[in-house]
Amino acid sequence: MEVIFKKPHALTDVPFHYCAGCTHGIVHRLVAEVIDELGIEGKTVGVSPVGCAVMCYDYFNCDVIEAPHGRAPAVATGIKRALPDNVVFTYQGDGDLAAIGTAETVHSATRGENITVIFINNTIYGMTGGQMAPTSLPNQVTQTTPYGRDVNTAGYPIRVCELLSNVDGVALAQRVAVDCVKNVNIAKQAIKKAFQNQIDKKGFSIVEVLSTCPTNWGMSPVEALQWLRDNMMPYYPLGVYKDGEKGDRLK
Amino acid sequence: MSEKILMKGNEALGEAAIQAGCRHFFGYPITPQTELAAYMSKKMPKIGGTYLQAESEIAAINMVLGAASAGVRAMTSSSSPGISLKTEGISYIAGSDVPALIINVQRGGPGLGGIQPSQSDYWQATRAAGHGDFHLLVYAPSTVQEMVDLVFLAFDKGDEYRMPAMILADGMLGQMMEPVEFKEREQKAPIEKPWAVNGHKNERPHNIINSLYLDPHELENLNIKRFEKYKRVIENEQKSVEYMTQDAEYIVVAFGASARVAHSAVDMAREQGIKVGLFRPVTLWPFPEKALKTTVESTKKYLCVEMSMGQMIDDVKLATECRRPVEFFGRTGGVIPTVDEVFGAIKKLGGGN
Repeated sequence: MEVIFKKPHALTDVPFHYCAGCTHGIVHRLVAEVIDELGIEGKTVGVSPVGCAVMCYDYFNCDVIEAPHGRAPAVATGIKRALPDNVVFTYQGDGDLAAIGTAETVHSATRGENITVIFINNTIYGMTGGQMAPTSLPNQVTQTTPYGRDVNTAGYPIRVCELLSNVDGVALAQRVAVDCVKNVNIAKQAIKKAFQNQIDKKGFSIVEVLSTCPTNWGMSPVEALQWLRDNMMPYYPLGVYKDGEKGDRLK
Repeated sequence: MSEKILMKGNEALGEAAIQAGCRHFFGYPITPQTELAAYMSKKMPKIGGTYLQAESEIAAINMVLGAASAGVRAMTSSSSPGISLKTEGISYIAGSDVPALIINVQRGGPGLGGIQPSQSDYWQATRAAGHGDFHLLVYAPSTVQEMVDLVFLAFDKGDEYRMPAMILADGMLGQMMEPVEFKEREQKAPIEKPWAVNGHKNERPHNIINSLYLDPHELENLNIKRFEKYKRVIENEQKSVEYMTQDAEYIVVAFGASARVAHSAVDMAREQGIKVGLFRPVTLWPFPEKALKTTVESTKKYLCVEMSMGQMIDDVKLATECRRPVEFFGRTGGVIPTVDEVFGAIKKLGGGN
């Protein structure tokens, strides 16, 4: 009998704790499939964030270290400098990567650290119960913007791929979504490139994945996907913002 | 045979770390530890090591967390305000049972404070180097030679106990020059680190380095287990040096730079016939309570001399169980006590002026 679909080896048997309709599960699977396809599980070290994905150390079969909030790129830098031939990736949410960890994100990118960053943007703090994130949209209602995000007092959402596309240490900055089969396939190719870039020593690679949080958005999984298409995609256009290697604009 | 060379304290710390096998240094500029980072930036590229100037002290300590978790000897150095920023990472390092070296070349505080030598981070180092139940190994050198020797010891003991270690120096020791000898040390096989996250090579289950435990009982048990380890550290790792305490009626307790001043003051007092000695803790955590306790019966009074408003004095009172009076003399804010001042404080112990 031919096996046509199976759990990637790079995922453990531990059941995900994620809510129904949350897209963390899809992205975990894509990362694991890429690790399998590149045959790098034995030399990969993952860095888990603080947030809903904190326990991804239980889900990925490679070695994993759990970093303080926002510090995953710094922890990854330390690992990569100690083990330059290993593959090191971080998996971070929007609060982790674009609020408390902004300095670590920008500076690991500007150093051109040879690491892979998987960035889950769902416009909200999930684990703590739905507070405003740095990526929450204008007028978006969250626990801490109960009247909608007022850009005059709470500022504007941060567009991470656009920001990092201007940083010379970056090899790849691509925004994808996992709302439909076509986009899932594009997301997987982007993630694969982000890992391959590291193996090829091209520099810092980040894949931003537009994701849903039905629980904290107060929607059904299907409604959440539609809300993502209607509201997030216009503000955060999908696409490739930088694709090359570190320092290529200086040559 | 190795020879004596003249070296600045900060540079000696760097050279010692390199000779102890450290190839990964992550720092952020701050006075008065500047020469240490500069030394590393000069040496590391020549020996295949990493010198990385991070974007902040927070990033630097987290790079140490990453590198040390990958199984290598890693370190960072800073001074008081910078150490405050590192406390988050230090707590995670301790909570993840990862060995690492943190050097604090102290300056006056609180806040931005000053840039002159101080010992006012004693509480921070020994009591609260971050949130949660944990300890660091804390070593307090008093000479440049001791700075060298304690770096080796801090790395070895950190690896042995799987816990972070701190060298608590100060701006005076960091900036001064003294002859120092790098003794030939027997080459020890590097300690095995089977817990490291360095890729499982398809040969073992995946390793996880983590400090999150959502089940309170699991976390409680882990903390209890860690404190059993600390008990072994307290039992086996106390270090102190005594000077003229054999027949002493009074004992001055001082560490680091202030112990140098106190040493001269003890000599001065002895010339005047005052039976006084010096007890110098070398480990601040664990505090050398066993040795200090043995002096209680024969000692009338203690005098704690510190470059702070009085922090180690708490440990002196605890170790002596307050069975004898413990007086205090300190200068703070970056002011170094003079020998005459400490001599004056010694004279007062016996009721003199």
